[in-house]
Amino acid sequence: MSQTDPLILGIESSCDETGVGLVRGTQLLTNTVSSSMEEHIRFGGVIPEIASRAHLEAFVPTLRQALADAGVSLEDVDAIAVTSGPGLAGALMVGVSAAKALALATGKPLYAINHLVAHVGVGLLENSMAVRSPGEGLPENLGALLVSGGHTEILRVRSMAEDVELLGSTIDDAAGEAFDKVARVLGLNYPGGPAIDKLAKEGNAKAIRFPRGLSAPKYMGAANEPGPHRYDFSFSGLKTAVARCVEGYEARGENVPVADIAASFQEAAVDVITAKAVLACKEKGMTTLLLGGGVAANSRLRELAQQRCAGANITLLVPKMSLCTDNGAMVAALGAQLVMNGVSPSDLAFAPDSSMPVSSISLA
Amino acid sequence: MRILTIDTSAVASATLLNFEPNDPVRTLSVVGNFATQDTRSHAEVLAPGVKSLFTDAVIEGPALDAVVVGVGPGPFTGLRSGIAMARTLAFVWDVPLYGLMSLEALAQQVFDTPRHGLDGRALGPVAMGDFVVATDARRKEVYWARFSAAAQLMDGPHVGPPTDISDIQVFGAGAGLYREQLEQTGCEVYSVLADVQPTALALGRAAIRRISVAGSLEAAGLLDTTPLYLRESDAKVPGPRKRAL
Ligand SMILES: [Zn+2]
Repeated sequence: MSQTDPLILGIESSCDETGVGLVRGTQLLTNTVSSSMEEHIRFGGVIPEIASRAHLEAFVPTLRQALADAGVSLEDVDAIAVTSGPGLAGALMVGVSAAKALALATGKPLYAINHLVAHVGVGLLENSMAVRSPGEGLPENLGALLVSGGHTEILRVRSMAEDVELLGSTIDDAAGEAFDKVARVLGLNYPGGPAIDKLAKEGNAKAIRFPRGLSAPKYMGAANEPGPHRYDFSFSGLKTAVARCVEGYEARGENVPVADIAASFQEAAVDVITAKAVLACKEKGMTTLLLGGGVAANSRLRELAQQRCAGANITLLVPKMSLCTDNGAMVAALGAQLVMNGVSPSDLAFAPDSSMPVSSISLA
Repeated sequence: MRILTIDTSAVASATLLNFEPNDPVRTLSVVGNFATQDTRSHAEVLAPGVKSLFTDAVIEGPALDAVVVGVGPGPFTGLRSGIAMARTLAFVWDVPLYGLMSLEALAQQVFDTPRHGLDGRALGPVAMGDFVVATDARRKEVYWARFSAAAQLMDGPHVGPPTDISDIQVFGAGAGLYREQLEQTGCEVYSVLADVQPTALALGRAAIRRISVAGSLEAAGLLDTTPLYLRESDAKVPGPRKRAL
């Protein structure tokens, strides 16, 4: 196998996107994604069983398409990488079963890898971000802020292949989930993120002061004596506060100022997300912050993150959106790092782990 | 001819079968067979199990004449792991891919099990006429189908409470699980086949019998690999908003 520029096929099925990506070293060849998002709209959120059924139907066509787009055959592939967690158990199972079949049918090594760390992996792909030049490794002192419908985390990345630490995460809903639920309260369509982002532009973000979860001193503590949730998030209280606010207007027989509420909710969410991420960077000496996950598309999150990172001398990296949302290329990119670092492949008997911790970058 | 069969509708199982196309049933030999006992570890064990059937799967796989997979009914997550495996293997090896209802594997086992007279002589299959095979569908229900004494599918597959079945011989793990209820509706449950699960080996035998009857693999009436879920996803379109106050 080529240790310097390995050709890696990456498979992602942890939520509602079936992704197959091909990467050669740090060069992105193709990123093919089939989403079951449309099938979840009428339910207002991702239904695990529907997602799992869709993965099964989409897998082989997506694989075929990815190979055709990249103009490579399976014989050319050096190794296969698959998301083994965290994610929806039934959804992970489809990608893992298919990846194992690929590995055993081709005789190629298989890497069972962590979805969250893979989100950071796209940062290594050439041309994924304007700020980085080809061939350069990961920036020193790197942090990552992952914000999506399935997860919300702050990571410290010392080495992509060997040392990733979880600094903080949500203790209840993911940020994207909060956007979806609030959108429903406001009578907007799923997915809530884009709908709220759009409506918020017409509203006053200062109209209503919604709570910033886990930002009270008893949770935060101080830098030298951190509280129990210094870098953690909570969005369920915020969601409830929005619902109460809407009901208050309704009870008083007043028109609900949906644009103001959308803007104020969005402000509360992105304020606490960016404030905690920047705080973690400052306190942990991280000088570059990589943004990942579908909520990276939110215009206010990008704006505020940019502003606060600039103010704290932190370089903010935002990959292009097709690489921020769940995809197979990020899995392949991390797989390539593991191969290039001489990490051993996974045993064919590994089990997917729906709560795989980031300290576990790949399974043995 | 050589076929790989996989079934994960209950346990995880895979079998490699060899036979002569002009007399499949009598020339059948089992090259390799793998099956778990439990119904919950498919993701871990299936791939190593399939691999263990071959000396070198990379070389032997593309030489197969078909991959046949049990398409259920069965608990969804396990079922999908087998179908995802079979579809991907067939794609990589570029070999024909077929599905077969997993309950046919149980019907085949009933067909293959002799009934003995008092003097110990075999009197033919244990099924005396039409019979039902049933597996555990969880939630106090069974997956079931009705077959003729010759193991031809007559009705099904269905999912429902065991009380939907009456006045017939019932075989399979679903029969053992709900023996009392089935006996109350006039069914007969035999201890000998009251705990059997569909396996890739029995599924393969069912496929071979079909090939034997039809004269060829292509004419055997095998299915595509669409899973037989029989149940919807359980997802509910949300009703009016719940009040937070
Ligand atoms: Zn993700």
